[in-house]
Amino acid sequence: MSILTYALHYEGEFNKNSLGAVSEGAKLAEELAEELGGEAAAVVVGGEDLTDELCATLGKYGAAKVYRAKGPEGLAQPVVDVMAKVVQDNGFKYALFGGGLLGFEIGAGLTARLGAGVTMEVTSVKAQDGKLVAERPILQDSAIVDVGYVGEPGIIIGRLNAFDIAEGGDGTAEVIDVDVALEDHSTKAVMVQRGEQRGADVNIEDADILVAGGRGLGKPEGFELAEALAEALGGAVAATRAVVDAGWYPYAAQIGQTGKTVAPKLYLAAGISGAIQHKVGMQNSENIVAINKDPNAPIFEFSDLGIVGDLNKILPKLTDAVKAKKG
Amino acid sequence: MKICVLVKEVPDAAVEKRMDPNSKRLDRSGEKNLNPFDTHAIEAAMQIREGGAADVDEIVAVTMGPESAFRALHKAVSLGADRSVHLTDEALSGSDVCATGYALAKVLESESPDLVLLGQQSDDGECYTIGAVVADHLKMPSLTQVIKIDVEGNKLRCERQAEYGYDTVEIELPGVISVGDAINEPRYPSLKAIMGAKKKQLDTKAVGDVGIEADRVGAQGSQTEVLGINPPPQKQSGEIIEDEDTNETVEKIVAWLDERKLLA
Ligand SMILES: Cc1cc2nc3c(=O)[nH]c(=O)nc-3n(C[C@H](O)[C@H](O)[C@H](O)COP(=O)(O)OP(=O)(O)OC[C@H]3O[C@@H](n4cnc5c(N)ncnc54)[C@H](O)[C@@H]3O)c2cc1C
Ligand SMILES: Nc1ncnc2c1ncn2[C@@H]1O[C@H](COP(=O)(O)O)[C@@H](O)[C@H]1O
Repeated sequence: MSILTYALHYEGEFNKNSLGAVSEGAKLAEELAEELGGEAAAVVVGGEDLTDELCATLGKYGAAKVYRAKGPEGLAQPVVDVMAKVVQDNGFKYALFGGGLLGFEIGAGLTARLGAGVTMEVTSVKAQDGKLVAERPILQDSAIVDVGYVGEPGIIIGRLNAFDIAEGGDGTAEVIDVDVALEDHSTKAVMVQRGEQRGADVNIEDADILVAGGRGLGKPEGFELAEALAEALGGAVAATRAVVDAGWYPYAAQIGQTGKTVAPKLYLAAGISGAIQHKVGMQNSENIVAINKDPNAPIFEFSDLGIVGDLNKILPKLTDAVKAKKG
Repeated sequence: MKICVLVKEVPDAAVEKRMDPNSKRLDRSGEKNLNPFDTHAIEAAMQIREGGAADVDEIVAVTMGPESAFRALHKAVSLGADRSVHLTDEALSGSDVCATGYALAKVLESESPDLVLLGQQSDDGECYTIGAVVADHLKMPSLTQVIKIDVEGNKLRCERQAEYGYDTVEIELPGVISVGDAINEPRYPSLKAIMGAKKKQLDTKAVGDVGIEADRVGAQGSQTEVLGINPPPQKQSGEIIEDEDTNETVEKIVAWLDERKLLA
């Protein structure tokens, strides 16, 4: 056995980033078939909603086997216990995770448990001399390091949307139940409430035009400027995590690693610094316009049109000008 | 309750960070500062102390880093920590995540805290992982990215944003919590606190003092190796407008949007 990929699910559905990671694991296992024997597997942890049928669908993305364990959902440490056992019992050489919060936590825990090497925020993995090498952008994406693994297993945590979902035929995976006694400390975190949606349920995924606001809007009322411009442009309003966590705007409007991924025709960012975790959710937008008063803001590195200036001055006039132009 | 806060010295945000092509490590020369994300962890400790829901006996700042890192500890103490511990040893240099987490766990073990707090990320390494690594070694429950902590007896009720929305999780102490930067607004140290920081107890420890197996740390003990450093793929840089006359700026933006048929 070669590569074990963690597949996160919620309410009976697999996470898109996990499906990308399962596909990537299968592809890499094939590339290393000669050295590793070629088989890729997935691991799932949860309750009754992990039915035989649901688990077997991971075969469509290239998993030959799916290891299924019972355990609490939405917490990392129980999954560490399960994966450590599955890796050790079956001699997996690599553990792979798609982008997201839990992947970071589980991958990190596994690193400690198995004394293994880990690379995070990986955007691409290549097979080289019979081993895997992970590519990781660092320092605000200004350089990319190639990371190799010394011992086994190697742990690879992907960046959000780094791995494409590939349906390799109609295969079904063999589902294998594993019984893992959880470590004492893994039972000391208890989920009280999961997946709470804070704020209004807005739809930003279908919009061709998004005006996104960040901490630079200064205060909750600052969003009125973004809303006025969005209305003039015929679009919707999106937000960064910083302002969602602060309670300025609803969670449903959040773009990024723990929010939504969008690719509208126009993404106009106002008062957004352009942190990696935000960028991963919007970098495929067709046209990116950024307004920021800091000429060194990272967002200017990946915008098509950058305006260095105060949004409080620019947004109202821009709204009027757009209205006038559209008539 | 005894709280240990893990803090790190990082190159100042104003310093351009780069990789040293020879050592294949981060070039950490130039001005340094306390990792800004860690000031939120210290502030979280202070708010637990001042909140009254728990009796906090001691807040201890802990770092692993080169000799110069004591300055980050002084800063941490000026922000409220009572004393600090500095793990520093030539044997540690070049440690990867696996080795760093192990070494920090050994220092923490020698302190037996009820709660370990960390920042969400180091400004230079940006690994987001040390908290979960340390927790597994210490066999403590842990969460990262926490933006609200309520102490309820020997439990913490924590909130954080995860894949599917906001989660509320209860953890039993002792535990390890990495805090998100939205958790609080760190206070500024008073001049008196800055002056007094140098006088507070600072223990310097070497690898042998806390039972760290030397072959599990440093470049030798690391499980990853940097094989190469490459520039990112070239991307055509966008147009930049400096806003001087806002009417003119707005005219340019509208023309740009119109050209791309975005105002239809
Ligand atoms: C695990 C993890 C997951 C995360 N998930 C997400 C996610 O899903 N989505 C997300 O967005 N972030 C996420 N983040 C947070 C991310 O790292 C950044 O902290 C966040 O995106 C910053 O938001 P911001 O740009 O609004 O704020 P800031 O970084 O504070 O930027 C504000 C910007 O506004 C500019 N500004 C200020 N005033 C003005 C003015 N008057 N006119 C013009 N410009 C002005 C400033 O120059 C600055 O660049 C995550 C972080 C972690 C660690
Ligand atoms: N060398 C170190 N010494 C002490 N704490 C550290 C060290 N490296 C990382 N940390 C802590 O771990 C957090 C996350 O760092 P990282 O996983 O590197 O992004 C930081 O905010 C610090 O609290």
